[in-house]
Amino acid sequence: MSYNIIETRNLVPDVDLMKVEAPDIAKAAKAGQFVILRIDESGERIPLTIADFDVEEGSITVIYQVMGKTTKQLTTLKTGDTLQDFVGPLGTPSDIRKLGTVVMVGGGIGVAPVYPQARAYREAGNHVISIIGARNEEMLILEDEMAEVSDELYVATDDGSKGHHGFVTDIVKDILDSDQQVDRIVIIGPPIMMKVGAGVTAPYGVETLVSLNPIMIDGTGMCGGCRVSVGGETKFACVDGPEFDASGVDFDLMMSRLSFYRPQEKEALESYSKKCGGDCKCH
Amino acid sequence: MSLKQQMSEQKPEERIGNFDEVALGYTEQQAVIEAERCLECSDPQCVAGCPVNIDIPGFVSRIKNKDFDKAIGILKKSNALPAICGRVCPQEEQCEKLCVLGKKGEPLAIGRLERFCADYERDAGVKSPAKAKSSGKNVAVIGAGPAGLTAAAELAKAGHGVTIYEALHEPGGVLTYGIPEFRLPKDIVRQEVDYIRNLGVDIKVDYVIGRIKTLDELRDEFDAVFVGTGAGLPRFMRIEGENLNGVYSANEFLTRVNLMKAYRFPDYDTPIKCGNKIVVVGAGNVAMDAARCALRLGAEEVTVVYRRSEAEMSARIEEVEHAKEEGVIFNLLTNPVRILEGENKTATGVECVNMELGEPDESGRRRPIPIEGSEHVIDADIVIVAIGTSPNPVIFAGSEELETTSKGTIVVDEDAMSSLAGLCAGGDVVTGAATVISAMGAGKQAASTISRYLGNQS
Repeated sequence: MSYNIIETRNLVPDVDLMKVEAPDIAKAAKAGQFVILRIDESGERIPLTIADFDVEEGSITVIYQVMGKTTKQLTTLKTGDTLQDFVGPLGTPSDIRKLGTVVMVGGGIGVAPVYPQARAYREAGNHVISIIGARNEEMLILEDEMAEVSDELYVATDDGSKGHHGFVTDIVKDILDSDQQVDRIVIIGPPIMMKVGAGVTAPYGVETLVSLNPIMIDGTGMCGGCRVSVGGETKFACVDGPEFDASGVDFDLMMSRLSFYRPQEKEALESYSKKCGGDCKCH
Repeated sequence: MSLKQQMSEQKPEERIGNFDEVALGYTEQQAVIEAERCLECSDPQCVAGCPVNIDIPGFVSRIKNKDFDKAIGILKKSNALPAICGRVCPQEEQCEKLCVLGKKGEPLAIGRLERFCADYERDAGVKSPAKAKSSGKNVAVIGAGPAGLTAAAELAKAGHGVTIYEALHEPGGVLTYGIPEFRLPKDIVRQEVDYIRNLGVDIKVDYVIGRIKTLDELRDEFDAVFVGTGAGLPRFMRIEGENLNGVYSANEFLTRVNLMKAYRFPDYDTPIKCGNKIVVVGAGNVAMDAARCALRLGAEEVTVVYRRSEAEMSARIEEVEHAKEEGVIFNLLTNPVRILEGENKTATGVECVNMELGEPDESGRRRPIPIEGSEHVIDADIVIVAIGTSPNPVIFAGSEELETTSKGTIVVDEDAMSSLAGLCAGGDVVTGAATVISAMGAGKQAASTISRYLGNQS
């Protein structure tokens, strides 16, 4: 198979958006789900959360951060190019219904998967408070889009170049300390941020969900490469998740499993950079 | 006493350095000599032992006459995938088990002869099959493994429009992601799949039923549905340390190696870690495949750990022998109880206990019982769990009505029809993990049920 790329756009340094023509997936997609793509015959399969889907246009949008060989190679693709494989929608959709007030927290690239969820919670009649963060102003993504689907929007940057000087979790804590009733918190971002976030919300007893991003291969439940420990039980993030109740997640196990292939990932990137000979954006 | 023609093989010390096929097949001369051993029984028992009932004496007698084209024609009448079956069927349990020659010597090498014909045809150039007259009916087949491919071929031959939905990016199921290249070259799988495409079957890959569409939606869209989604959900042991780094399900390990070609990293992007000391838990074909792949990836020491004895191992005898020749160590009557943790949550060893066999259990096999105080550690930086699989429930998402067992398998009647009209199922999704050929037999059976069902509909 091959799937047409209908738009590519650089959002902020090292973060790109790609829109892919995939009408069947767009029709079936729900907030919280993801896709797996493979660029070409020798490519690996990587999971990316669905950042947006458009049934009319028949498209799926993904947003990715350049981390290694495959994501670097993705940046070389342009409108009109194709991906060899694009599989989805995968994972269990988020449990979206009217709860009252929902706090949506997105850190870094994690704002991308937060966006369709925030929109869906809003459409379901919730009061949506969103908190988005990044290292600095330059790295902040989807601010306008998030403002559109949120009743309240807060911004945090590590260096204070925009909004709150500090972490998104500081704002979460302020909200929880205020009189405001909060019915659910959704935190999506780097594992360490989700771990810290889960620690912040735990004493308040407010249901906190995180979207986990372990290593995946097939994404359909046949290998267990993505297994995580939740409440002492082994779960496959690709079918049981990717969303789980944060209170039971063994984040340390997940982070160490994520680091298992670091040397190989480095090797793949080096070998690719040598091969492409400066013909691409990876130099 | 007459013996089988020997088939030449790559030598163990050579083959553990590559992923090329181990068994090299018969030459034309060897095939003819072997075929001449066939007694052409008037009541051939071998045919009854074949799950798809190939006319064995028929194709063997054509080999005797060197009429290989006719031989392959006879094979393909009953079996769309002879190059695969000739390689991976456990013939010793099936056709060859019933061969009368086996009573006073070795049975006829039916599998090797089937393989010879299929390979002959490939070298000569496969002829495109004639397209059947259209029945005007359309059937959806879910899963492009042996059951689905066989059902699709039979349905297409009956004139039905057939669409296969496959979740992975390549068709073949276990033939593609599970069985390694050195036992079943992927070019051969591709060629057999192309033959099925040439019958008019449309194969849609990257298409996950249960996610893009539900079973119910497919039933509305098509006149009948066949479910051949296999048993792809890996079982784990549920022991301490099982989620540590370095612990793989056999499915993951083999998928990385076979489907993603991780043994060619970094030319292929998917990485794999093989380590120095590998423990493989289990003793089926999957365990043998994983152990032998690990050797080829450069492991220093590969140990198979199994809680029963050699007699109960479910792997093919030939595969166990190959594994032993290649240097795989077998620790039998040994059961893992815990995986030991080193730095950065990485496995460093497997704590095991010795077992003894007690009274037979419900499966008829003697129950293994742990021997107290026999705990010992086998060093391992990689542990591969190959203790079985069960059907993947993803397919059922959004389709509650279909009757399934507590083990997650689909309930079907003797004609392969499920509790839902027009929905047949076969292969591992019905039986739990079994063999390639039994899945093909089930696919064939289901196709004839579907044709009958569609005939009654019009």
